[in-house]
Amino acid sequence: MSVVFDEKIHQTLDDSKLQLAIYTATGRLMEKRREAVAAGILPDYQELRTQANDLKKHTIENLDYYLEQFEANVTAHGGKVVYCKDATEVADFVLSLARERGAGLIVKSKSMTTEEVDLNERLEHHHLESVETDLGEYILQLAHERPYHIVAPALHKTRYQVADLFTEKLGVPNETVIEKQTMIARGVLRQKFLAADIGISGANFLVADSGAVVLVENEGNARLTTSAPKIHVAVAGLEKMIPRAQDLAVFLKLLGRSATGQELTVYTSFLSGPRRGEEIDGPDEFYVVLLDNGRTRLLADRDKRQSLYCIRCGACLNHCPVYRKIGGHSFPWVYSGPIGAIITPQFLGVTHEPGLPFASSLCGACAEVCPVKIDIPQVLLDLRSEVKKTEAREGHGKLERLAFRIWAWIMRHPGIYEMLGAMAASVAPPAENAGWLRDVPAAFNLPPVRAWLSQRDLPPPPARSFRQMWRRR
Amino acid sequence: MSRENILHKVRTALGRSAGQAPAPPPAARLRLPEMDADARVNSLMAKVAALAGKTRRVDSPQAARDYVAALLDGRRTVASNAPFLAECGITALAGVRSGISAREDLRQACASADLGVTCADYALADTGTLVMLSSREEARLISLLPPVHVAVVPQARILTGLDELFTLLPRPAEQTSSMVLITGPSRTADIEQILVRGVHGPGEIHVVVVG
Ligand code: SF4
Repeated sequence: MSVVFDEKIHQTLDDSKLQLAIYTATGRLMEKRREAVAAGILPDYQELRTQANDLKKHTIENLDYYLEQFEANVTAHGGKVVYCKDATEVADFVLSLARERGAGLIVKSKSMTTEEVDLNERLEHHHLESVETDLGEYILQLAHERPYHIVAPALHKTRYQVADLFTEKLGVPNETVIEKQTMIARGVLRQKFLAADIGISGANFLVADSGAVVLVENEGNARLTTSAPKIHVAVAGLEKMIPRAQDLAVFLKLLGRSATGQELTVYTSFLSGPRRGEEIDGPDEFYVVLLDNGRTRLLADRDKRQSLYCIRCGACLNHCPVYRKIGGHSFPWVYSGPIGAIITPQFLGVTHEPGLPFASSLCGACAEVCPVKIDIPQVLLDLRSEVKKTEAREGHGKLERLAFRIWAWIMRHPGIYEMLGAMAASVAPPAENAGWLRDVPAAFNLPPVRAWLSQRDLPPPPARSFRQMWRRR
Repeated sequence: MSRENILHKVRTALGRSAGQAPAPPPAARLRLPEMDADARVNSLMAKVAALAGKTRRVDSPQAARDYVAALLDGRRTVASNAPFLAECGITALAGVRSGISAREDLRQACASADLGVTCADYALADTGTLVMLSSREEARLISLLPPVHVAVVPQARILTGLDELFTLLPRPAEQTSSMVLITGPSRTADIEQILVRGVHGPGEIHVVVVG
């Protein structure tokens, strides 16, 4: 585990207010989800999950076909698909578009994919104003922070922090009533929407048979972003594809419920191209940026490519005992929680934060709630073995491997196992001294052992071993 | 830019060749429950009300006009170009602007209006959802910019749910560039999980079922 990861985790653990905020928010989201998918409310929930998994599997395994179908349909409706391999290409595309159209102001609706490529920073670097319009994202942009949670980005901010932030950045009087804070943001952002030249959105789904981008939201900022400016650019990961519009009947039933317990979010927009013939409003230009950024690499791995089924509902975060303690900012990249733990190493390489796949108790709660049935614990195990293999290749972890080889040998020799067990029991201190392993003489206290012991203790040995009891039964 | 390169990488990763057709996708899963007209109306209204929307069922276009007239109360209103609204006489009410076909005009009007009146293309009974298709009759911004949205829904347009919608419109993109589902007033819970309505879209929504 890297020092930064370790430090951030401890900072979060030591902040009791933050602990309470994370626990309350995720707890509430868990509760709402549980009610929304209960058997009495949604009897075919499990069938929907199975269908969603089948659909995603099929799409991902034939992704090139659906990408081309999608592209042909977008083009037929007067839009344009732009493939980008990484962050630089996305920024270059938006910059050149803005330059050609003389655009200065961009409004953005929530998109984890653009967070992935730091789009705002890159645009601002070139003197373009790019404003986040989702309330949570707007707050974070003012605070220069990244999202704490993929669905509730400002989960960690209190109304008092928001009040100070608004006063500092917007020059408004200190306002701690949440309704009023929301209206302040509405007022500022409304002007931006009406003045913006380009709207940039993400995409919850890309629909191949329609060439459509589907956006799911509660505030209306995604609708404004995609309707008010003359140009709409949607930025999406390649994997967001689904085959047919009809499949939305499955995915939409799962997404809102898994995320916030809503049967449907307030707005679901199904957008396919610029405004047509006699339509009164809507953008004149429509672009879909399809981003690779590591996804094609991940695709090559048969077992782990299921990581690309994710519809970013956030349920796995809310249900993760680790996320609920260490929070979103401890994670090394924009994606946090179990889904972050499996895609970060695959997008950025396992050495980016080798501790990440190990920061899990493998309890399986994530897989149980995942609406598209990604086997997250299995992917974590695969990643762990990859980390170890990489370390071995680089000549690390020799001591650990030696220790496990010896252990494996002992396990295969019951007589020796029993003898060593008896020896250990005879030298172990009495039961009263529970923390004994931590106090072993310094000679044994090598740094790796010390690190290991700092988190653990061995229970004192029982008076009689299991084998002894078995023989006397 | 990277089109060929990315498609090539995808194909290599999947062991597929260019132009290779996939096996058919899993059959679409659409279930159509039996539900009579009254049950649909009742479910729609109950769901909208549960989301803090206001609802009213009226039995004639004239009654719809009277109800909407009282609601508007002469305030600045933009109404869509849907023929049904004109039929009801809603477009002729005091304070109502309708018949706008130029984008800039519409934008200005919506940005300063107190209310927007639309005629929903469909509604979904099981979730309390309005379905709006963008066309020369329905603009996108009328249900979005004004702080209050009044949606008139002819009873025959109430569908059971998403499954019926996508059975009826298997490819919405063939008809419109924008289909929007609206389920309740605009809301957020981004600060301390406290629910606030009307953050960017209308905070107040009225559904008037006719028939
Ligand atoms: S991995 Fe599953 S549970 Fe987690 S965000 Fe993605 S879809 Fe939701």
